[in-house]
Amino acid sequence: MTPQAFRLPEGGRVSRDEPVGFVFDGVRYQGYRGDTLASALLANGVHMTGTSIKLGRPRGIFSAGVEEPNAVVQIEAPFPEPMLPATTVELFDGLVASGLPGQGRLSADPDPARYDAVHAHCDVLVVGAGPAGLAAAAAAARSGARVVLADDQPELGGSLLGTREVLDGCPAAEWAAEVGRALEAAPEVRVLRRTTVFGYYDDNHLVAVERRTNHLGPLAPAHLSRERVWRIRARRVVLATGAHERSLAFADNDRPAVMLAGSARAYVNRYGAVPGRRAVVFTTNDSAYAAALDLAAAGVEIAAVADTRPERGEWARRAEQAGIEVLTGHAVVGTEGERRIASVTVAPLDGGSPSGAPREVAADLLLVSGGWNPVVHLFSQAGGRLWYDAELGSFVPDSCRQAVDVAGSARGVFHLSGCLADGAAAGRRATEAEGFAVEEPLALPRAAEEPRSPALPVFVVPGPDGAGSATHFVDLQRDVTVADLARATGAGMSSVEHLKRYTTAGTANDQGKTSGVLTSGAIAHLLGVDVGALGTTTYRAPYAPVSFAALAGRDRGVLHDPVRVTALHDRHVALGALFENVGQWKRPWYYPREGEDMAAAVLRECRAAREGVALMDASTLGKIEVRGPDSGIFLDLLYTNMMSTLKVGMIRYGVMCRADGMVFDDGTVIRLAQDRFLMTTTTGNAAAVLDWMEEWLQTEWPHLRVHCTSVTEQWATVALVGPRSREVLGSLAPELAVDNDAFPFMAWRDTAVAGIGARVCRISFSGELAYEINVLPWDAPALWDALLGAGGRLGITPYGTETMHVLRAEKGYPIIGQDTDGTVTPQDLGMGWAVSKKKPDFIGKRSHSRPDTARPDRKHLVGLLPDDPAVLLPEGAHLIDSEVLPAPPVPMLGHVTSSYRSAALGRTFALALVRGGRDRIGERLYAPVGDHVVPVTVASPVLHDPEGTRRDG
Amino acid sequence: MLLIPCPWCGPRDEAEFHYGGQAHVPYPEDPAALTDEEWARYLFFRDNPKGPHPERWSHADGCRRWFNAVRDTSSNEILAVYRAGEPRPVIA
Amino acid sequence: MAETATRRSPMAHVHARFAAATRSCGGALRLAELPYLTQVNVRLDPKGPAADAVRLELGLPLPLEPNTATRGGGLAALWLGPDEWLVVGPPTARDTLASRLSEAIGDEHASVVDVSAQRTTLLVAGRLATDLLAHGCSLDLHPRSFGAGRCAQTTLARAQVVLVPRDETKPGFWVLVRSSFAGYLAEWLLDAASEYVGEHSAPRT
Repeated sequence: MTPQAFRLPEGGRVSRDEPVGFVFDGVRYQGYRGDTLASALLANGVHMTGTSIKLGRPRGIFSAGVEEPNAVVQIEAPFPEPMLPATTVELFDGLVASGLPGQGRLSADPDPARYDAVHAHCDVLVVGAGPAGLAAAAAAARSGARVVLADDQPELGGSLLGTREVLDGCPAAEWAAEVGRALEAAPEVRVLRRTTVFGYYDDNHLVAVERRTNHLGPLAPAHLSRERVWRIRARRVVLATGAHERSLAFADNDRPAVMLAGSARAYVNRYGAVPGRRAVVFTTNDSAYAAALDLAAAGVEIAAVADTRPERGEWARRAEQAGIEVLTGHAVVGTEGERRIASVTVAPLDGGSPSGAPREVAADLLLVSGGWNPVVHLFSQAGGRLWYDAELGSFVPDSCRQAVDVAGSARGVFHLSGCLADGAAAGRRATEAEGFAVEEPLALPRAAEEPRSPALPVFVVPGPDGAGSATHFVDLQRDVTVADLARATGAGMSSVEHLKRYTTAGTANDQGKTSGVLTSGAIAHLLGVDVGALGTTTYRAPYAPVSFAALAGRDRGVLHDPVRVTALHDRHVALGALFENVGQWKRPWYYPREGEDMAAAVLRECRAAREGVALMDASTLGKIEVRGPDSGIFLDLLYTNMMSTLKVGMIRYGVMCRADGMVFDDGTVIRLAQDRFLMTTTTGNAAAVLDWMEEWLQTEWPHLRVHCTSVTEQWATVALVGPRSREVLGSLAPELAVDNDAFPFMAWRDTAVAGIGARVCRISFSGELAYEINVLPWDAPALWDALLGAGGRLGITPYGTETMHVLRAEKGYPIIGQDTDGTVTPQDLGMGWAVSKKKPDFIGKRSHSRPDTARPDRKHLVGLLPDDPAVLLPEGAHLIDSEVLPAPPVPMLGHVTSSYRSAALGRTFALALVRGGRDRIGERLYAPVGDHVVPVTVASPVLHDPEGTRRDG
Repeated sequence: MLLIPCPWCGPRDEAEFHYGGQAHVPYPEDPAALTDEEWARYLFFRDNPKGPHPERWSHADGCRRWFNAVRDTSSNEILAVYRAGEPRPVIA
Repeated sequence: MAETATRRSPMAHVHARFAAATRSCGGALRLAELPYLTQVNVRLDPKGPAADAVRLELGLPLPLEPNTATRGGGLAALWLGPDEWLVVGPPTARDTLASRLSEAIGDEHASVVDVSAQRTTLLVAGRLATDLLAHGCSLDLHPRSFGAGRCAQTTLARAQVVLVPRDETKPGFWVLVRSSFAGYLAEWLLDAASEYVGEHSAPRT
């Protein structure tokens, strides 16, 4: 075929001096910059783009925009992208695409392109840059208001780009360009082209995607984001989203070269491409006549216009003057042709049904117009209600609780002068509502007044015998026919929502833009009810498909979630640490030496802590300073044990419960002064605990004179652990008396360590003699280096969270959130000693005497020793009391919460929550693991140094 | 993304806030004096209306103040916000 | 406490990359850490005598209007809550600021806590500063609603921050961020700034 044989010699908005080569279904073609893939294919005479998903029927380009149901393509190069409508793909040199029968294919390679997001705020957001949207934006911009105008096309003008309409005697597209230039030059206006607003959420929050570099193909600069998600918060919104033409349901209405009339008009006027040589037009309304006349002017032979309306209107007379045969009161009742239309059969209508002799007309193109659906998707998403305008045969916006206005054809105003006036009024209303003064109103260009005669909405053209509707398609993308709908209504369904789900009509990725109202109309036809009473299905975001890459934006890889690190992170990296995620924190997990696996490294680190000296970065613990004369009273309410009696200079461990009596957090409290405490929280709970404290202080106990301040990152903390830790500390802190009497367990001292101002706390989470040294994080690397230096001759060993866990578990110290799960009381943990009997109240106290909480057979934290000292139980393993797994339901006694290998014990061990566990010590239980059952013995949770002499010495 | 009007900071994105459940469920004066059933009622029983519902919210990523909001649970509309300790406003 | 050779600020590892990004954006963006600023968290009853004592000591009233800041004498007082402020000063004030405030307040009920290391401060300046922050901040940063004299606690990317616009003569922002998030936020900003490579300090006409 001649290249671009269907391209007009001139006209259109494509750049004829910029030819573009592309490949479709393996064939090389040429188009022009400014083409879409669809317009370039049509210019090359290609209508059929694939076959349908369910029935495998040939399908072709049906529309010229985002509503396209048929021409869904797979982009192969430059980067694979599935399921894009060919009508929305801007042509570029090097594009390789293929037609898709249904689903597409995601790339197996990571997408190298950049995607990002931006927040925007404005007084007025105008969606759509057709005549109404441009007038609205121009009117709003004059007031000085901040305006965002978003439109999905590369060029402003909307429908004006696809017609030959005239404003003030000039082509309307020129007016659009002029308004666009003025808007772009205005300081408080942002014009977003190639931007689809796809979601309208609460409080005027709208989300859009801007395609920034897709149209550049392989030439797209790598540093610019390919697509950008705009999160727009608008004080007012004007929706000027236009209207989509819809088809009608008649026999074989799905063949390639059946095309919406307005779309064919756009292909001719905007792209200079004719979609056929000889066309039949089938319409229920005036608009298709303009298409017929434009196509005729472009040299397309219009074989006939079949108009469902019995009267001959002004437009029909114009067509006849142009030599076009107009068949009033007629309908298309069938089509023939394989890869595209070859002929169209028309017949007279009588009472909505074909009657009289059908006539076959040879044609390679069938233009259809069943009327226009205002694009109410965003309005509906916003919570707006719709009503059915019987004259238009469409659902149009009614009212909405959000600050939104709809203008132009989006609310059923279908003539140009009306759209301009409607848009300008909406823009002005929006700015006035926001308090912006406007002087004289926007001067609007004059549009020709076109004749108008009412439409005769028809949804279904019944087959000749009134039956047989298996090729009357309503949803082309889902292959849903009137026969399918009839099956559903025959099964008793009458709600449009039920019918949608039963037939899948409207559920494809085109979101039923061309099929939704047609489906409602066809159902109404089948049920013999009013379309307005039947209604439509719910419109939901996204209006058009959005790639996951765009939604993910830059929140990928290291930027996916904050990585929190301590001031010592570089030191850990240098020492070869592997890291563990603890909440958002990266904590050293263990520090393997060459040739060591995790088990070997952890055994070595444990041994160092138990036998020599070791150190750990404990900076991630939450820290809260509590100040005020009522701090003691407050902490007594917050913790289960007594804090007000703590002496200045001393430290106490404490447990916090929720009001339901379950353990929520634990940590230490140190008393800095009579009215000053510093408490620590678990690493993952720091923010939640502070929130919790503020909630009680602000809402329940505002009379307490207490202030809380987070100081988590004000201090870096290094735990110095092991029987030789005192030697190391002593060597670096000459002013500190480190002997047991001067500096006992659970005391703290301010001193200089390695010349650095420090607070040293003698506390232990390992059961060993240990100190926690707190310094400013800026000084933490220097402290760390000094400790490693001073401890070098003693073999000082850095250890990570795994060793910390083993050491604490050997002592039976629980980790909140690992050994507990929100259903565990302090008593269940064997920490009754930390629950005050003296205090009149603390949060959770009343719950501890609830019958369920006071039950003796609750699950208790106990130790488990597998019979085989080499067997490591998996954490989460269930426990039962029989050697043979009984038939389900298996009575569960509890589960393993922590499980490790112990260097000190020379064996494996575990902690577990076991029903009535403390009364089972010494009993044999069984843990089903995979295909076998592991026998274990219940033990005290404190397996190492139960007397605590190592810690206290 | 709701826009929640913090009584201190003004309208902010919902993501800056934490939800705190039904408002005006005061901590009992003397929990020890309550029967198990009364205590359970305080702990576990909350209203679940369709329509206006007074709730506690915290502007967690902002001023960290707890406040109350009356939210229409059917539309998510925030009908009123008021500071902790203030009485629930009458909503027409 | 003076800065010493062994001290390391939370963004020390990205200073060179900040400088490189500033260069590659032609100065349209300027990124830099302002480390070791003195920061004191003050909590008190704004109507009580402690507030007067602080005002007299600093020569600066604590701002009462939410989301505003006062400045003077090399210090800035940022509103964090109805009873909470962050007083920010130069690094040299660290040894004295908190103690001065504590002494001035005396026995009145108030909380004065040195939090100089809790957050570090980032300078985001240049004519595209607002555009850069808008990639990850949902606040309206337009000068009409967030100009000089304002401040806000909010989120930037996924980090909590205190945002402070500088005064009219120096466009740009201070971004105060928790030290543990500083590395993440630095990476996030550097990545966001890569979009503006090849820009110029003056807008193109």
